[in-house]
Amino acid sequence: MTEAPKPTPAANSRAGTKKELPEHFKAYKHVWVAVECEYGVVHPVSFELLGEGRKLADKRGAELAGVVMGGDEAAVSAAAAACFEYGADLVYTVTDPVLTHYRNEAYTKGLTDLVNTYQPEILLLGATTLGRDLAGSVATTLRTGLTADCTELAIDDEGSLAATRPTFGGSLLCTIMTLNYRPQMATVRPRVLSMPMREVGRTGRIVPHALGLAEDDVVTKILKFVADRDSDKPQLAYADIVVAGGLGLRSAENFQLVKALAEVLGAEYGGSRPLVQKGWITADRQIGQTGKTIRPKLYIAAGISGAIQHRVGVEGSDLIVAINTDPKAQIFEFAHLGIVADAIELLPALTEAFSKHLSVNRLAG
Amino acid sequence: MHIVVCMKQVPDSAQIRVHPVTNTIMRQGVPTIINPYDLFALEEALRLRDQIGGEVTVLTMGPPMAEDSLRKALTFGADRAVLLTDRSFAGSDTLATSYALSVALAKISQEFGAPEIIFTGKQTIDGDTAQVGPGIAKRLGLNQLTYVAKIAELDPAAGSITVERRAEGGIQLLSTRLPVLITMLEGVNEIRRGSLASAYRAAGEAIVTWSAADAGITDLSKCGLRGSPTIVKKVFAPSQRAEKVQMVPVEQSPAATAQAAMNAIFARQPALEGELMRYSAGC
Repeated sequence: MTEAPKPTPAANSRAGTKKELPEHFKAYKHVWVAVECEYGVVHPVSFELLGEGRKLADKRGAELAGVVMGGDEAAVSAAAAACFEYGADLVYTVTDPVLTHYRNEAYTKGLTDLVNTYQPEILLLGATTLGRDLAGSVATTLRTGLTADCTELAIDDEGSLAATRPTFGGSLLCTIMTLNYRPQMATVRPRVLSMPMREVGRTGRIVPHALGLAEDDVVTKILKFVADRDSDKPQLAYADIVVAGGLGLRSAENFQLVKALAEVLGAEYGGSRPLVQKGWITADRQIGQTGKTIRPKLYIAAGISGAIQHRVGVEGSDLIVAINTDPKAQIFEFAHLGIVADAIELLPALTEAFSKHLSVNRLAG
Repeated sequence: MHIVVCMKQVPDSAQIRVHPVTNTIMRQGVPTIINPYDLFALEEALRLRDQIGGEVTVLTMGPPMAEDSLRKALTFGADRAVLLTDRSFAGSDTLATSYALSVALAKISQEFGAPEIIFTGKQTIDGDTAQVGPGIAKRLGLNQLTYVAKIAELDPAAGSITVERRAEGGIQLLSTRLPVLITMLEGVNEIRRGSLASAYRAAGEAIVTWSAADAGITDLSKCGLRGSPTIVKKVFAPSQRAEKVQMVPVEQSPAATAQAAMNAIFARQPALEGELMRYSAGC
């Protein structure tokens, strides 16, 4: 959560460095995942968090709980059942028509009340627009620490949550801890963690909880929801193949070369942060720490230097192929295959090579 | 109508360098800018003021040199700038930051009138947390509208506002009551060029500068390092990957290099070839 952490170890004056956890926080146990369920669909990031939460809970000798809030019984039960199959021991449910769609006030109250009643040690949320909106409110209400956009979660030798995230515009990583406050809260972006195996038929306990809010208590009203049409929406995060470009393409026109290769491969396309700032691509196609995190089978990065903020967004890819004219570019430090070449020349050649190969084999087949 | 825009002065991240030996940030000579996301908030505030009248106050917390960003905001057309600066704020995490800002905002209400809207950018480019906006809203008991793409309707007389909010998988049309805290989505407007008159005025304008005590902060234990529940345990450069990159030899022609690259891809991921073939056949 720290905005601008110091590169040196924190000074002793910092409140959080005292070793002893205040007495009233000692009862806080167990690991929770706030499950994101909208329009009857659980966001995959919630399952990814349950997978990671399972590991943290096991390490702490604690239970893993999901928190499912929603408007109708059927959707809430279905989401709870899925939580068990992805590793939860128990699920706290809050079912109330007020919770039919996400609204900050109602969800903040629901989650905050649950935390105060059942006292978890660790609370994880997805770093989605919903999760970030909710996490910031809940952490402030509880006056506890929150670390955003973690790329790694671990339990340290003293049993505390060590949350690692990129810092300084993604040029370094830092590990952040909340030692004297509970719960220890963190958000993780979709696709940063791998999807755990689903254990079909696994069950657990359901603990229902009342919201205690009437519709009249909630000031904000949802007048309309316009779903993104699937065709308009890049499916970058969950694509099998992604082709991306960076400043090495030198002009917006040359970005077409990325699209052409993507088309032949049936891939999604995207780009690095500077391309969004230059207006060559829209923000929803940005790949990296502040854009989308991807885990494709094949990722081709053309003319991208590979700053850490980009690296953390693509590191989960099975095969990273980097094309860059600079043999010293940072991207070659984490790519699997590297080609020192001008992307503007190589991209059309790759498009041609794949296109030919696939059509020849198609005819042969 | 009184609108306050909370901004942050940030290092231009494109120019940050890390010391190769000590792995510390080399801050010297790194230029600072107004957090780019905050400019969308500022422009939206200025547009609302231009439409319905009133004043725009910009507020920032930071070192004395953050005055530069405030002055820049004045040249864009803000009416008043408040700098919250105190050594006791050093090392604030987002909880401590939202505390200091919320107290200063209460003071702004007293001194210059209660704001109907408080804007922030959706996040900063140095912290990237998106937590300070919601933190301020919660502390001041304001209705919170994050990731706002468009202000569809604003009726100050009725005290109501309707916005389009970027939500997961779609756009929510939300209506709520003033006062609100809005975090503005990027790319929804373009910051104006300040007029010459604004630039002249900005150069001479006094910036309201408050220490913690001036702003009315009595409990310093909620500020800075002492008021921050999170601690930074360590800062480090990412480890080198054990596996070295395999370089594809560059051939005489791009076509030959591309062929070699494709072969290398299929050699590493044999299953991919079949999948691509099936995709291609399906086209």
